[in-house]
Amino acid sequence: MMRFLTMGGYAGFVWPAYGISFAGLAAVVVLTLRSYTRAKAMFAAIESDKAK
Amino acid sequence: MFELANPKRFMDVSRPALPWLAVAAAILIPVGLYLALFVVPPERQQGDTVRIMFLHVPAAWVAMMAYALMAVCSLLGLVNRHPVADVAAREAAPLGALFTVLALVTGSLWGRPMWGAWWVWDARLTSFLLLLFLYLGYIALWSAIEDETRAARAAAILAIVGAVNLPVVKFSVDWWNTLHQGESIFRTGGPAIASVFLWPLFIMAGGYTALFATLWIIRIRTAILQRTVRARLGAETGR
Amino acid sequence: MSFMALVARDMRLATRAGGGAFLALAFFAMTATLVPLGIGAELRLLSAVAAGIVWVCAVLAALLSLDRLFQADFEDGSLDVLALGPLPLESIAAAKIAAHWLVTGLPLTIVSPMIALLFSLPGRGYSALAAALAIGTPAVSAIGAIGASLTISIRRGGLILPFIVMPLLAPIVIFGAGAVRAAIDGLASGALLFLAATSLAAVLLSPFAAAAGLRLNLGA
Repeated sequence: MMRFLTMGGYAGFVWPAYGISFAGLAAVVVLTLRSYTRAKAMFAAIESDKAK
Repeated sequence: MFELANPKRFMDVSRPALPWLAVAAAILIPVGLYLALFVVPPERQQGDTVRIMFLHVPAAWVAMMAYALMAVCSLLGLVNRHPVADVAAREAAPLGALFTVLALVTGSLWGRPMWGAWWVWDARLTSFLLLLFLYLGYIALWSAIEDETRAARAAAILAIVGAVNLPVVKFSVDWWNTLHQGESIFRTGGPAIASVFLWPLFIMAGGYTALFATLWIIRIRTAILQRTVRARLGAETGR
Repeated sequence: MSFMALVARDMRLATRAGGGAFLALAFFAMTATLVPLGIGAELRLLSAVAAGIVWVCAVLAALLSLDRLFQADFEDGSLDVLALGPLPLESIAAAKIAAHWLVTGLPLTIVSPMIALLFSLPGRGYSALAAALAIGTPAVSAIGAIGASLTISIRRGGLILPFIVMPLLAPIVIFGAGAVRAAIDGLASGALLFLAATSLAAVLLSPFAAAAGLRLNLGA
């Protein structure tokens, strides 16, 4: 387990690489999904408006 | 392909494809991560830093693929006036820029223990830095021009000029790098990559590609929805 | 208006008071002066970086004057008048590129050995430097013209222009400065030929891209 965490002494490079990569990807996933749900909600609101 | 140029058709066709791509990304990336972190042995020369490769190389592949897709969509948008192609090109750019940044950052973190420096003016790093600037210039040009059709065409011309220029940039940077090399620079191509490393790499690359495709399609759908909403609102206030 | 007449007109406009042609030269000399102030006055150090500094400063100076390449004519409507004339937009773009090179690239090339002297560039480098700048600066004007055509409708286009053009200019700087370094080291290198090929392709293709950029901004 220690072996895994220290990454053979390269923990300071391996873990930040994984951390930054997944922080970046998670951020873009969240932003993309958020604007998508917003756009869908706006679109639905306008559609139901028209139906009335 | 040409049917997709119609926004309505694009919405209809892309909807069923989305879950498949999302699921592919959600399976391939965790599997790739498991293999990269737990199964792959430390490499003989590089030790555990080789695990960075499974993030670095897929990010670099996707970054280049995104530029190619952006240039093709720009060409379709410019020549055939496909409305979806313009949007697709625009939405590929921020994703491509993000993957370029990830490739640069992981490359830097990999380079520090291997080369002894955070940044080395290695041919690949340098051409990726230039690729990042191309992406940023493209995004800046899009956001600087208010009229959307004009912005799309101007950005498309820039993307195509950039795509024509990229091989020259790559060649010049390679040439420049061999000119003043000298210090020992680690080459990935040196030892042939063993299959223990190759399979996790392909799986991660597949996962990254699926993730890119999912996000790209969602962003295009978002842009089409926003445009429809704006057009409806504009029509109402115009009355 | 014929091609030559357009070149002559643009040169006249650029060289009259406030035209900006001399500003590029002054900018070139001043940025080059700043470098030793920043990195120190040791001649050995300066002579090692001389070729690169001269190239970087020359490209910056050329970029400085590029944002107005089409913009002045676009704003006062004379670009519309020119576009209605017999000359196709591609030729108009080519004429403007030629005029820009004649008032900036050419003077920069002529002045560059003097600047290089201040950096004590080794003797074998001077002819290579002049040749490389003479071959490479037309490409800077040509590629810059693409950026200028795409940014004419942007009010602060001058800020975006260097941003979108810089990565495209990388090969020119690499081959241009590389040719000088190779000449100093007495190495045979293809740098000048690569530079000539890149520059030729840029000069031949850029007017078409620039014309496409102008067309989308002119088409109301």
